[in-house]
Amino acid sequence: MKSILTLSLGTLILASMPLAMAQAGDLRLPKSIEAGAAFSIQSTGSGDATLYIVGPGQVLRRSVQLGETTSFAPGDLHNAGHYLVALAGPSSTQTGAFDVTAAHQPATLSFLAKPSRLPVDLHDGISGVVYVFDAFQNLVLQPAHVSFQLSGVAGTTQTRTILTQDGVAWTKMNSASKEGIAQFVARAGDVADTRVIQQVPGDPCGLRMNARPSGQRLALETEPVRDCSGNPVPDGTIVTFTEAYSGGEATVDVPLKRGVAKTEMPAYDGATISVAAGVVMGNEIRWEKR
Amino acid sequence: MKNAGRKSGRSILVVLCAIFAATFIAGSDQPAVHVEPADNVGPRPVEEQTQKAVIRDYLQAWHSLSGALEQNRASLLDADFVGTARQKLADTIQEQTKLGIQTRYIDHAHDVKLVFYSPEGLSIQLVDTVDYDVQLLDQGKVQTTQHVRARYVAVLTPTEVQWKVRVFQAEPE
Repeated sequence: MKSILTLSLGTLILASMPLAMAQAGDLRLPKSIEAGAAFSIQSTGSGDATLYIVGPGQVLRRSVQLGETTSFAPGDLHNAGHYLVALAGPSSTQTGAFDVTAAHQPATLSFLAKPSRLPVDLHDGISGVVYVFDAFQNLVLQPAHVSFQLSGVAGTTQTRTILTQDGVAWTKMNSASKEGIAQFVARAGDVADTRVIQQVPGDPCGLRMNARPSGQRLALETEPVRDCSGNPVPDGTIVTFTEAYSGGEATVDVPLKRGVAKTEMPAYDGATISVAAGVVMGNEIRWEKR
Repeated sequence: MKNAGRKSGRSILVVLCAIFAATFIAGSDQPAVHVEPADNVGPRPVEEQTQKAVIRDYLQAWHSLSGALEQNRASLLDADFVGTARQKLADTIQEQTKLGIQTRYIDHAHDVKLVFYSPEGLSIQLVDTVDYDVQLLDQGKVQTTQHVRARYVAVLTPTEVQWKVRVFQAEPE
C-alpha cells in the first residue's frame, strides 16, 4: 500500500515539477528564520487562497489574499525544522520550503553529571554532558561555548570551556583529593545549571594493626584507617581479622568505630593474624608465647 | 477451447502481475538505509550491537511518526518518542486535528551517522540525511506533494527495552 502511494506520489511530483518550479519564484519566502521570529510571505496573483506551513514540529494554516503579504507574529513559528509551504489558490498551488533554526541564545541546559558520589582522587572520574536548548526547547545546533567548573571545599577549582558540536558538549574532571561536597556547574551564555557531587574517601591505604595480650586472649586494634590521600575511612566500614593456627582458622568482621577497628581473638601459640578491609590487605602478625 | 486457453493465460498474467506487485511492494516498503562508520563518537565507543539497536529504533520512530501524522493519532508516538520530541509531535497532531489537516511522510532513504555517545551511555546522538516525500491533505483533499532532502539531528535515550527519540529536529543542509 505504502509503495503504491509512493509511486503515485512520485508520479505526482514528476508531473507537477515544472509547474512547481515556475511557481516557486512567485512565492517569496525567507530562506531561513530564527525560531520565534516574526516573518512574512509574499505571494502574487489575486483572489482568495489558503497558505499552509507544514513540518513535523508545527503546522499553520491561514486564509490569505493572493498578491498580499502575509505576516506572522513573533512566536507563531517556534519549533526548529524544515517547513514546506503551500499556497492553494483558486486555480493553482504555489509551493516552497524554508528552515527554522534554533535561537542562538541558550535558554536551558540539559546537564547530566555522573556519578553523584565517587571516591576522592579519581582521574577523569566525573563526567558532564550538556545539551543546549533555546527558549522553545530547540536544540541549539550553532556552536556555543559551554564552561564546566568543578569546585569544592578542598582542592583547586577545575574549569574547562568546550565548544558544542551539534548542540552537545562534554568533559571529564578529576575528583578532589579531599572528601566533601563539590559543585559541578555548567554554563552557556547567561544560563547555568549545578549538580552536587559527593566525594568520599577511597579504599583504605596502609592498613595496620597491633596486638597485645589480654588475659588468655589477644586484643587486636587497627591504627586509624585512612585512604591514600589521608581522608579517614567512614565508620561502619568492615575490617576483617583472620587468625590462622595449627588445625584451624578464625575470622572476625568488625565495623570501624571512630576510625579504628578493635576485637579480641584466642591467643594460640604460633598463630598468624592478618587484617583486611575489602580487597585491601593490611599487615600480618605472628603470635608466639614468650 | 481457445477461450479456456486465453482465460488461463490471462489468469497466469494476473498471478504474475500480482507476484510482481507484491515483490515490488515488499521490496520498496523499507527505506534505503546507509550507515556511516561510528568511529568518532566522543567519550565512549559504540558497540556494534548498540549501533544496530539505535538505528533500528530510530528508523522505527520514523515509521511511527509517519503513521501518527497521517492518522492524527498521538498515541502512535508513545512507543518510539519521549520527552520534548514526543510533545512537539503530539502538539503538531493536535493542531492538524483542529485544522482538519493530515500529513503523509514517506521516507525513501536515510544516511545515518552516530556522532555522540555520552560517557555514561545515557544518550546517543545521530545525524541523518533523509530523502522523503511529504503530502499535505486538507479535509482529505491532497493540496501538495513535495520531495524533501533534509538533515535531521536526533538524540535518543535508553528505556527498559529500547532506545527512544528525545530530540528530533531538522536543520538546513
